Amino acid sequence: MSFLKVSDLEVEFRVDKNTVKPIEKVSFEMNEGEVLGMVGETGSGKSLTAHAIMGLSSLVGGKIRGSVKFEERELLSLAEKEMQSIRGSQIALIPQNPMTSLDPVYRVGDQIVEGLYKHVKISKRKAKLQVLDLMEKLRIPKPDRVFQQYPHQLSGGLKQRIVIAMGLCTNPRLLIADEPTTALDVTVQAQIMRLFKEMTVDKGIGLFLITHDLGVIAQVCDKVAVMYAGNMVEFGKIETLFNTPRHPYTKALLECIPYIGMKKGTLNAISGSVPSTATYPSGCRYHPRCPHSEPQCENEMPPFINIEEDTQVACHLYQEKKG
Amino acid sequence: MDENNVSEHKHKPPWLVILKRLFTNKMGVIGTILILCLILVAIFGPLLEPYSYKEQNIEIMNQPPSSGHLLGTDDFGRDVLSRIIRGARISFVVGVLSVAISVLIGVVIGSIAGFYGGVIDLILTTIADLTWSMPAILIALLFVAIIGAGLESVVLAIGLSYWAQYARLIRGQILSLKSAVFIEATKSMGASDFVILFKHLLPNSISPVIVAATIGIGNAIVLEATLGFLGMGAQPPSPSWGAMMSNGTAYLFISPWMIIFPGLAMMITVLGFNLFGDSLIDIMDVKNKEYL
Repeated sequence: MSFLKVSDLEVEFRVDKNTVKPIEKVSFEMNEGEVLGMVGETGSGKSLTAHAIMGLSSLVGGKIRGSVKFEERELLSLAEKEMQSIRGSQIALIPQNPMTSLDPVYRVGDQIVEGLYKHVKISKRKAKLQVLDLMEKLRIPKPDRVFQQYPHQLSGGLKQRIVIAMGLCTNPRLLIADEPTTALDVTVQAQIMRLFKEMTVDKGIGLFLITHDLGVIAQVCDKVAVMYAGNMVEFGKIETLFNTPRHPYTKALLECIPYIGMKKGTLNAISGSVPSTATYPSGCRYHPRCPHSEPQCENEMPPFINIEEDTQVACHLYQEKKG
Repeated sequence: MDENNVSEHKHKPPWLVILKRLFTNKMGVIGTILILCLILVAIFGPLLEPYSYKEQNIEIMNQPPSSGHLLGTDDFGRDVLSRIIRGARISFVVGVLSVAISVLIGVVIGSIAGFYGGVIDLILTTIADLTWSMPAILIALLFVAIIGAGLESVVLAIGLSYWAQYARLIRGQILSLKSAVFIEATKSMGASDFVILFKHLLPNSISPVIVAATIGIGNAIVLEATLGFLGMGAQPPSPSWGAMMSNGTAYLFISPWMIIFPGLAMMITVLGFNLFGDSLIDIMDVKNKEYL
């Protein structure tokens, strides 16, 4: 039984009279308790994918198509009411910016309790105790004091932990974390990532981690999905992807990571820029920037094919491996 | 849990912070005192009146202020002070009730328009803009003409004339807030539209409405007086400040106290609400440093 199976997910907008598909052909699979990373540049459709999986069409703003199977249930065909009972209790989302993801007019403790109280039958007092316990596990200093404070009184790292607590308090089966550490200092980042790993592995929670930081991916993920311009270009196990990247974009991305001992002044970058949603190139969307570009790439969108067990890539350079 | 840590940082309750800030603001203090006086006069009016507000005595009509009648008497020989005191009750009740009606209508319509957007927004905003483009007095007169003169219809008429400003205010707030990350967070926790709108969006956008409503009470009192002046308001013998002034115009040169003192009472009242409303603007800010 697959835990989360996303196939051919796409989002369609209408801009004036044109239809625009900011994400298209996104397919991946995730097992229970796994950590799946999604990397890609800004604007490649990572957050949109997260919102589409949760069926948050009002945030997506367009039509969501394809299929999202979560524990054998098709989420995209559920009614909004049913979806509301899944959101937060089965699948939780930690939004992108912790600095602004808390409601400024409520005490943070009450905000965490609100989510718990909605989904779990529990008394207010018990909910508070449970939340304080969770806050302590997340190494929030003086949890009962922080519980009484307003968001603006807390530091970024603390806010991030509060947001994580909001996501974790209902014991979801799947946690989607949208760039949970980008707003934080590197030192806090490492702490938070460690916390994430602990909390999810301990409880067997599946973690879907969105980031543009390959370092974070390398630290915590089991599988990686690489997004480029709204398409998924490569999907595979972490070791495979880091050791033998297949797609030219993945290769280029890995080459961009600076390392100690590299020659000074040789910071690598991918030439060209990310196309905007309205001007996606024909065929393979990476072809204008790709060193291996061939005429075929310009005309034909490469299919997403299996080339090894658990490794898929969308590139004309590779042939499907049968069996 | 270490007990010391808990008590080390005591939070002042929000109402204490608001009071404290109010009293560091001179204008706020003056406004508060004026409003408190009005409320006290409105509540204890009958006890304060030196004479009955409706007792007529032709023998002492149009008398200037004297030790017997501090603010003089009107054309029926009624004590002007007593009538102003009784009129405070009408002004206050009309002001508060009609603004409550406007705010209620405005907040519901404005938040639905801002939250749902699209065609709903277009229809509701158009209605609000149409209402807003007509002078409030005209709308109020129209409503009074339809439902008939009297205090209840004045309250309703004023309430229905002023709601558009609150609708526009709250719509703008909700529009800018609904894409906030904390709303995204709330949605992804499985909150329903109702919870998002009324528990998270409204409390975050209500403070400018409270300020506008306070100043709006002043406007409503003026509108009530205008309607009273035109004879559409509270019916005699109940004393509306506007009606008293209207009555006084005929005797402007014989007994000006009939028109000056109700006018002064109204000016002071409106000033009180405006000063109070202005000082509320900086007090209502949740992010104010006093909360730290």
